[in-house]
Amino acid sequence: MIWAEILLFNFHIIINLNTNKMKTLQFNSITNFKLKTMKTCSMYALLAIAMVGCSDDDTPVVINEEEVITTVILTLTPESGDQVVLTTQDLDGDGPDEPVTIITGSFNENTQYQGAVRFLNETETPAEEITNEVIEEADEHQVFYTVSNGLNITTTYQDEDSNGNPLGVSIILETGAVSEGNLTVTLRHEPVKPNDGLDSAGGETDITTTFDVTIE
Amino acid sequence: MRLLALLLLLFSSMHSFSQECNNTLTGTLLDIHDGSKLSGATIIVTQTGAAVQTDLDGNFSVKFLCDSTYNLQVSHPSCTTKIFSLEVQSDVQKTFKLEHHLESLNEVIISGNKTYRETKTLFENTLNQETIASFSSGSLGDILNTISGVSSLNTGNTVVKPMINGLHSSRIVLINNGVQMQDQQWGAEHAPSIDINTAGSIKVIKGAGALKYGGNAIGGVIISSAPKVALLDSLYGKTIISGATNGRGGTATSSLTKSYENGWYTSLQAAAKRFGDFNAPDYILSNTGVFERNMSARLGFNRIDYAVDAYYSYFKNEVGILRASHIGGAEDQVQAISNPIPSIIEDFTYTIGVPRQDVTHHLARINAHKDIEGIGRFYLQYDYQQNNRLEFDIRRGDDKDKPSVDLVLKTQSLKVDFRSQAKDKFEYETGLIGAYQTNFANPLTGVRRLIPDYTKYDFGAYITGNYTLNSRWLFEAGLRVDHTFMDVYKFYRQSFWEERGYDTQFSDLVIQQSGNQILTNPKLNFTNPAFTLGFKHAFGSYMLFANYAIASRAPNPSELFSEGLHHSASRIEIGDLQFGSETAHKVSLTLQQRAENLDFTITPYSNTIDNYILIEPTGIRQTIRGNFQVWEYRQTKAQIFGVDLDASLTLRDNLSLLHQFSFLKGYDVSKKGSLINMPSVSTKNSLMYSNLKYNNLKVSLESHYVFAQNEFPDTNFEVVLQETTQTVDVSTPPPRYHLFNLNASFSVLQGLDIGLHVSNMLNTSYRNYLNRLRYYADDLGRNITLQLSYNY
Repeated sequence: MIWAEILLFNFHIIINLNTNKMKTLQFNSITNFKLKTMKTCSMYALLAIAMVGCSDDDTPVVINEEEVITTVILTLTPESGDQVVLTTQDLDGDGPDEPVTIITGSFNENTQYQGAVRFLNETETPAEEITNEVIEEADEHQVFYTVSNGLNITTTYQDEDSNGNPLGVSIILETGAVSEGNLTVTLRHEPVKPNDGLDSAGGETDITTTFDVTIE
Repeated sequence: MRLLALLLLLFSSMHSFSQECNNTLTGTLLDIHDGSKLSGATIIVTQTGAAVQTDLDGNFSVKFLCDSTYNLQVSHPSCTTKIFSLEVQSDVQKTFKLEHHLESLNEVIISGNKTYRETKTLFENTLNQETIASFSSGSLGDILNTISGVSSLNTGNTVVKPMINGLHSSRIVLINNGVQMQDQQWGAEHAPSIDINTAGSIKVIKGAGALKYGGNAIGGVIISSAPKVALLDSLYGKTIISGATNGRGGTATSSLTKSYENGWYTSLQAAAKRFGDFNAPDYILSNTGVFERNMSARLGFNRIDYAVDAYYSYFKNEVGILRASHIGGAEDQVQAISNPIPSIIEDFTYTIGVPRQDVTHHLARINAHKDIEGIGRFYLQYDYQQNNRLEFDIRRGDDKDKPSVDLVLKTQSLKVDFRSQAKDKFEYETGLIGAYQTNFANPLTGVRRLIPDYTKYDFGAYITGNYTLNSRWLFEAGLRVDHTFMDVYKFYRQSFWEERGYDTQFSDLVIQQSGNQILTNPKLNFTNPAFTLGFKHAFGSYMLFANYAIASRAPNPSELFSEGLHHSASRIEIGDLQFGSETAHKVSLTLQQRAENLDFTITPYSNTIDNYILIEPTGIRQTIRGNFQVWEYRQTKAQIFGVDLDASLTLRDNLSLLHQFSFLKGYDVSKKGSLINMPSVSTKNSLMYSNLKYNNLKVSLESHYVFAQNEFPDTNFEVVLQETTQTVDVSTPPPRYHLFNLNASFSVLQGLDIGLHVSNMLNTSYRNYLNRLRYYADDLGRNITLQLSYNY
């Protein structure tokens, strides 16, 4: 608000000058006075504009990326038993810090889990729920769940977009026999829909995160 | 007054009757603008009717003059006739000056010493109006590609960045109508904001010798100038309309100039270009349309010894970027590269979706010059430029229609130059320049700033001079110093700031902390000296140009401040706050021959660049969006050498053979490897038939052969994709290719010409190493352009 201060300061000077002028007004014709006042005013107005123009004290505002996804939370709830929560957090986005992966709970063999994935932007406070946007633009998004060889997990889509193609925010995950391996969650923006899976989907990867999981 | 003059004249004439008429007048006729000699002018002594002509050196003599005052009527085919009054009392010697018309009406290409040369000892390539007109629907980069040694760094086929002897971006100074373009040229995917239809001529100087235009032109200088206006009462114009099959679009450009004999002139020009999706031989390149709108206006007057010229141009360009090139991390990259066709191919459309660039450039300039007899010419110029660059990406939710990049770059500069009159074989030129620039990155994009907000001040001073020893030897030298001060406000990610060790090194730059970002205020100073020395030697039908130039350039904002994901390149780019200026030493020689049947120029050169700033991959960064290759800027010692060859051989009267060859090698001396993105060897050969008798028919068939680049740094990297390790081959250049092009033109009526241009006649599928989208799609397929041009 420095510019406002300068403006105020200048008006103050103009007023002061004018009062000084008033004293000598008696000696001048009124028209002359008006002219002079106008000149002074415009001079100061110009000066004020110039100073505002040159003022570089205005520091730029910080930009918190609005659409960045910092956090993925995949919550898997069995009909009975413990919840499994898989979380990946990368607070500096494409900065040098690596994403941090946390798994709470453990998978039981031969169990069906109701899965829900959330995408958050935690650079904002409170965190922005990007999941809503993904659901709103379901036809432009798809979440893919890929499982490495040997890991006995299968996933089934539980939701679809307006065209009847899968979305993947809500899934059913079924575990088989005891095993371990990788479960990868990938969010693609503007993939080809329908598709035969990640390889042929194209589009841009918004999120990809791999969890090292064990079925006990 | 008139009576007095008459009386005087009468008396003097009377007086002269008593004298012997044995005086000789010897004179020289010069062009008032540049002092060049005017040959073939007629001088008539009005009193006696005696007429003589000037010889090749502009000299003439009139004998048997009495002691009297004579009126001499001096006329020249391309000048306004003028009458000089001269008092003769004995033998006299006098220099006369005429105002030379530049006959742009007839588009006479003024050659030889009528053309002002920007440097005397560096060979200049000039593209004339005819060539420019034939490229009406192309870009500056496209037309410059026709010059040997000039290539381009492309992003698709519509973003074409000129590259001179392997160097581009901030290393090339681009002068548009006397103004150094400030259009965010640091970006590899930022094409120059210039409409070639505004140009009357385009010159390329492959070196830093033209110090007048900047000491930072490590790659070279490109000078685009508006057509000259004749000092005549006339109204003339030109309209060019072209339509092309590839992209199913076209260009229309029109210009109108009104000039008066009293020196006033005004001209107006406008151009529009619209193309839909272009196509490769086998598929449509989705989202590659262009919509460009430009206009320019000019007003000025040109008097004998002074002139004022005001110019304004508006450039707006919307360019679609290949939809399939917008990808995520390394995993997406592997798939895109292994896919032989782009992952997204849609039906043809004129709609330009995302990603796209939307660039607006305003340029306003006023300049004036004044000649002072016996001293020289003073120039004064003020210019203002505003460049607004918007880049739209594929975004989500409320951000969908918001640009991801919104930069406004404003530049003002004031320039004073002085050019001495050629006398005593020595001439010099000197000047001062001051520039003020601000960059504003709009925070409403919701995307962290690609280029930080900054204020930049530049001050420069130069002097260049040349000495003509005799008609065979000319020597040239020049010196320039520039100082740059940058006041920058930059937000760094805290994690990055600490990773680079800036927190200990530059803790005093920190102003405030907000969240995980740190606001810093770096204040940077750079002083850049430049120097040039050269000679020109004529022998037989040969001319030898030799030039040595030292040029230095301050790092640009992108090299200093990059620190994040560059979406269009699918990589993380990291700059370095500690960079100093880079300094180039370039030696170039040109041997030119002008003979009856064979004209050629051969230009070998060597460019050694200390602290050369390059960007190269240094690792992989894991992010929640996947793995990205990290490219870091680094300074090294670079060595580039090469040779450019141009030759034309006249086979028969109407048949000639044109040959062009460019060879270049670039090495990273410190790392003992090849430099990335260097143009490969290429050659162009064409057979041209022209015959004035058949309506000025011209037909040429061109073969363009581009060799594969076999010297490149290996920047491949590996990613684990579904448990298998895959190599992401981002470095292997595409194979060689061979294209054929056909050009034909003829005049239908007086002033009406038709041109036909077929490029890539055989519809060859190819990819170009210097096209940044080469991983994703083939280059353009066959294109047939029909062009009508009408002069009125």
